[in-house]
Amino acid sequence: MEPFKTVTGIAAPLLQDDINTDQIIPSLYLRQLNGNLADGLFAYMRRKPDGTSNPDFVLEKPQFRSSAILVTGENFGCGSSREHAAWAMAAFGIRCIIGRSHAEYFRENCLKNGVLAISLEGEAMDSFIAAVNAVDGSAAFTVDLEAQHILGPQPEQRWRFAIAPFERVALLEGLDEIGLTMKHASAIDEWEARAAGARPYLQNFRLP
Amino acid sequence: MASTLLDKIWDAHVVARRADGRDLIYIDRHVVHELHGPHALKHIEEKGRNVRRPDLTVAVQDHTVSTLPGRKTSDHIEAMRRGAREHGFRLFDVGDPEQGIVHVVSPEMGIALPGLTLACPDSHASTVGALGTLAFGCGTTELEHIFATQVMAMSKPRQMRIIFDGRLGPGVSAKDVALYLIRTVGVDAGRGYAVEYAGSAIKEMEIEGRLTLCNLTIEWGARTCLIAPDEKTIAWCAGRPAAPTGELWDAAVAWWRTLATDPAATFDREVRIDCDAIEPQITWGTDPAQVVGISERIPGPDDGDQAQRDKTQRALAYMDLPAGEPLIGVPVQRVFIGSCANSRMSDLRLAAELAQGRKVAPGVTAIVVPGSSTVKRLAEQEGLDRIFTQAGFEWRGSGCSMCAGANGDVGIEGERCVSTTNRNFENRQGRGVRTHLVSPAMAVAAAVTGKITDVRELDKLG
Ligand code: SF4
Repeated sequence: MEPFKTVTGIAAPLLQDDINTDQIIPSLYLRQLNGNLADGLFAYMRRKPDGTSNPDFVLEKPQFRSSAILVTGENFGCGSSREHAAWAMAAFGIRCIIGRSHAEYFRENCLKNGVLAISLEGEAMDSFIAAVNAVDGSAAFTVDLEAQHILGPQPEQRWRFAIAPFERVALLEGLDEIGLTMKHASAIDEWEARAAGARPYLQNFRLP
Repeated sequence: MASTLLDKIWDAHVVARRADGRDLIYIDRHVVHELHGPHALKHIEEKGRNVRRPDLTVAVQDHTVSTLPGRKTSDHIEAMRRGAREHGFRLFDVGDPEQGIVHVVSPEMGIALPGLTLACPDSHASTVGALGTLAFGCGTTELEHIFATQVMAMSKPRQMRIIFDGRLGPGVSAKDVALYLIRTVGVDAGRGYAVEYAGSAIKEMEIEGRLTLCNLTIEWGARTCLIAPDEKTIAWCAGRPAAPTGELWDAAVAWWRTLATDPAATFDREVRIDCDAIEPQITWGTDPAQVVGISERIPGPDDGDQAQRDKTQRALAYMDLPAGEPLIGVPVQRVFIGSCANSRMSDLRLAAELAQGRKVAPGVTAIVVPGSSTVKRLAEQEGLDRIFTQAGFEWRGSGCSMCAGANGDVGIEGERCVSTTNRNFENRQGRGVRTHLVSPAMAVAAAVTGKITDVRELDKLG
């Protein structure tokens, strides 16, 4: 996984609530084993039925076409657990999603792909959105994970954000979770041995 | 100390606490499908890792499977075959007598059982919570982690109990209960929680209804749910192909009988739902909380705060519906009966009973897709397929089909589709398709009348 330290880029506002994973990456783009996920990101919102660009959709506007930060509403990424939603973000070049709240599966999938999902609450989010709208893609924002803050284009613009300590380290260092778990390999062996004795039907699984 | 049902199963599966504070939870059964399995196996292979417990791993082909005769193959299907063969785990392949949707196959085959933990790369993994199986969905990277370690690293969720009081009225099913719940609590009320469903209406509910209710848990944001196993559960699990037998069965049952929340245990949140008040429900919008009772009107654009109003307006525009009008009578072009929400025997029996002696209305395409090949076979033994086809429904092979359209089964732009699935998102059933989620009974009522209809009125309509 690509570590996340500092990302500087254009912030694109997509402020609807409850945007779901079928909107983020329609199932059509899952049908190919190695489909072009950058192309599929928000496919039906970015493009009209005839395949041409929808100029009203934020990521299709010239100033937002290479955005690195997506600014969202409540419950972003709800729906399925498909990791393709996080892959599509990364493939398009979006490294950070800043919203009021994110659905759990989506947030976890982002974390595992070096995409940082930040939740800002109440007035902090209001003022951040105002700053994003004010520059309208003409100036960059910086997300600094080490310092746990977002810097706006104006000198005094700064928003602090919270993140669980482990998640912060995992993103900063690009942690290998399997490696982390493997440190407990003997505990897994022991659990299996215990279960086989105490509750044999757990470990004993046969399909005809 | 008093424990909840979740505490009991969780605690029995804690392997260790990882340096990051997450618990490593042992996964007793790992059930994967072809849409996500191959990606994770590829990563495992690239890193030179093995599948730790192929004997506890099972794969199915469901998401991309064709439901039409001939059952054309897909890249995913081929990759899943290769993966299962090379890593040595059981695959329910296309053409096998038990193939089907993962959340239908798991309980049916006895892969999911009370007190077990189960992981599946799909957000509807919670379906088997109906049996008292603690199930977790996951993404592809997590899937890789489980292949390699047989554990999941998780923080214990907060806990919520939903108590369903009262009884279900005529024409009202578990699906209506689920939709009513989602509209009552809202689409993200469950975020961060594990849920226990309890109460008199749950005790009354048959297992297949409980599976339907638990299936829709992610639709209001909760990742997992449980119903305490009771005598109905035990009877339902007995004799399933992978269920233990003999002494093992007796030992398992003795444990299952202890799996209930202690009376003194407390929850972080508790919600009571009065089931007497529930009539057949239907979604009018594009998220599963945008629901009304069938006799209610579509909400107006002035209800709620600004964000709510914007959302309502966008949904009404997409759904091409007038605010404030009744839904009853709105013409329908497509009806889909299927998906892991509603495609089991009891669903199909009920649907067939209503379809018998009636005809699908002209201009309506109505499709029935059994949840598994087992369901399909049993239904055919009972003659349900003939009832459906005589009434003008298409009777297909089993799979996810039009639920997500990942196999290419999609509607036509602009069509209104009354569907027994669990997601009414924009474009989910095909670009521009307008989905209304309902119970199987309501789906048949729409198919035979050609419009949205209160199933309780069907007899009067002839
Ligand atoms: S039937 Fe639908 S919801 Fe269920 S597993 Fe298949 S695609 Fe997912």
